[in-house]
Amino acid sequence: MNEPVLTTENLRIGYSGRGGVRRIIADHLNLTLRSGEVVCLMGPNGVGKSTLLRTLIGMQPPLAGRVFLDKTDLATLKPREIARRISVVLTERIEVGQLSVYNLVALGRYPYTNWFGRLTPHDEAIVQTAIAATQAEHLAGRYIHELSDGERQRVMVARALAQEPQVMVLDEPTAFLDLPHRVAMMQLLRRLAHDTQRAVILSTHDLDLALRSADIVWLMTTDGTVYSGAPEDLVLSGAFEKAFANCEITFDRYHGQFRFHYSPVHRATLLGEGLIRKWTSHALERIGYLTSSTDNPTALRITISGTEQQPCWHIQAKGHPERCVYSLHDLVTLVREMSPSGN
Amino acid sequence: MGKIFATTNKSSVHLHQHLQMVILIVMSGITLVSFLLSLSAGSVPIPLEQVLTILFHKEAERATWVTIIYDFRIPKALTAALAGAALGVSGLQMQTLFRNPLADPFILGISSGASLGVAIVVLSVGTANTSLLAVTGLLSNISLVVAASFGAGIVMILVIFIAQQVRSSITLLILGLMISYVTSAVVSLLLYFSIAERIHAYIAWSFGNFGGVTWSQLWVLGPTIGIGLFLAFLLTKALNALLLGETYARSMGMNIQMTRSGIVLSSAVLAGAVTAFCGPIAFLGVAVPHLCRALLRTSDHNVLIPACIWVGATTALVGDLIAQAPGFSIVLPLNAITSLVGAPIVIWVILQRYRGTFSL
Repeated sequence: MNEPVLTTENLRIGYSGRGGVRRIIADHLNLTLRSGEVVCLMGPNGVGKSTLLRTLIGMQPPLAGRVFLDKTDLATLKPREIARRISVVLTERIEVGQLSVYNLVALGRYPYTNWFGRLTPHDEAIVQTAIAATQAEHLAGRYIHELSDGERQRVMVARALAQEPQVMVLDEPTAFLDLPHRVAMMQLLRRLAHDTQRAVILSTHDLDLALRSADIVWLMTTDGTVYSGAPEDLVLSGAFEKAFANCEITFDRYHGQFRFHYSPVHRATLLGEGLIRKWTSHALERIGYLTSSTDNPTALRITISGTEQQPCWHIQAKGHPERCVYSLHDLVTLVREMSPSGN
Repeated sequence: MGKIFATTNKSSVHLHQHLQMVILIVMSGITLVSFLLSLSAGSVPIPLEQVLTILFHKEAERATWVTIIYDFRIPKALTAALAGAALGVSGLQMQTLFRNPLADPFILGISSGASLGVAIVVLSVGTANTSLLAVTGLLSNISLVVAASFGAGIVMILVIFIAQQVRSSITLLILGLMISYVTSAVVSLLLYFSIAERIHAYIAWSFGNFGGVTWSQLWVLGPTIGIGLFLAFLLTKALNALLLGETYARSMGMNIQMTRSGIVLSSAVLAGAVTAFCGPIAFLGVAVPHLCRALLRTSDHNVLIPACIWVGATTALVGDLIAQAPGFSIVLPLNAITSLVGAPIVIWVILQRYRGTFSL
């Protein structure tokens, strides 16, 4: 079992406002972050994920309880000592203008360099290693403002790595990235955690990615509970359903994804098989039709024919002439026009 | 494979740093040349080789030239160079601290404070029917310097106090602006109730002037600016970290309140000293940092601070040279000249360099 690096003891997080008014976000948190693990912090918007992260990195004092970094109370550490063990990547897109990637990554040596920020050969070697570990060698001589969002995020991870942290904290590192870049970012973080035995914690809304790459998920709910466990454990225990419970969506435990809460108002008969049937049913569900394959006497009856490459749909509806369409868009448009409620 | 890439990139980064060093050395050379030119030019033109002879041997074809150079032109050129360097660095610090390309040394109200000090002395001391002679007496250089220093100093202490209290730099920026408005309003009121001669004297001060500083005053101005610049050098690392924003800076172990106070102190000492001795010199503080970023293509303060010193000094020296209008027997207002000549140059350089995208 990996060593715990960051633990919380009866931690209470939140804000203390004027006149002693407190807003408690979560209480009695006993969480453990182990080296070599990737933890995904998840939960609905506004549930307090950022507050938890800020408290864990010592930027916001806990209302009660303690955070331990390597068995040392975080509150007793100097900012510089914390900075040598915890580094962060923020959501905000930084505007640093004319700084080269190398110089930006070198800023990660801040807590180690002398008063003037002079880099020793040792520092330079670590900067090079950080750039290499994030596969950003080809970017080293470029300016930050020339980079794409994906490259920029990669470089920010390199900077965080140059800080040689035991714990790396990332606030929604995949927020502005497309799917391939999100996957690449997660793989990078997994590799960094597993290869260098650092603990990585990131907040994310990307359920699919978290299920596939997190070692541990911390799931925050609106009532201030944090469920911790392997993503699959949380699926099985129904924690995801509780965390995201609302009337619009439900969590499909079997497929590990969210489903929109459609309330079907109409019924339709759908005759056909295979992939085309699946997506036809999907399209009809979207406009409020529950499909069945048994030939019940429904107001609407759709038959799939043609080939896989060139499918066509025969539509039979009461009070309408029989029609034939060649795309699902046309099908949906037509069915909507026919629909009794004008839906 | 990775290793090969790493080494090539490292060397390219170092080559860039080499180039920056060369540019910095060239900049210092240009400053030296402008310094010598400003000793040579003036209402009494002195040939350049005579200037050099006077500097190295303290003798010349005409004895008066030695006096002119030592008693008037060297103090003035030194003042211009020091003021330019101070305003350039002070502006750079403000632009980085507030992450705002429009910030300048006076954004926190330092010059407004100095203006108020001067306005109180010039406009309101004595009753309205005090003889004009007495007013002129009051306008003796030293009383203006003292008044401006007091004004700048009080605002500076106020702003540093605020800097330690507030969490966000933007709050500090807005409070600084408010202080500016209040002091300007008081100056306006004083102007409104003053007689024409006094108003004229105040406006003459507000044009800015490097020529009024004597050797004995230079012994105050020089070390003060020296201290401000030294502080700025000490804050280089912090300024670089602040490029990433305050949250990142804190996450790297920076004490943000202390750093901010240090930056404000350094910037205010620099801007306050210049305003006290030379009047409110506009333009240099906002333009010089941009010029340096454009010329050196970097945001690294290790490079930008020395660059702002040299470019600031050169710009001030050249501005003053043009304001002297060599060949004519008039002296133009310094503030007008620096903006009039400087702005088109800055516009040209920035358009050349950025072509659309712009950043600090």
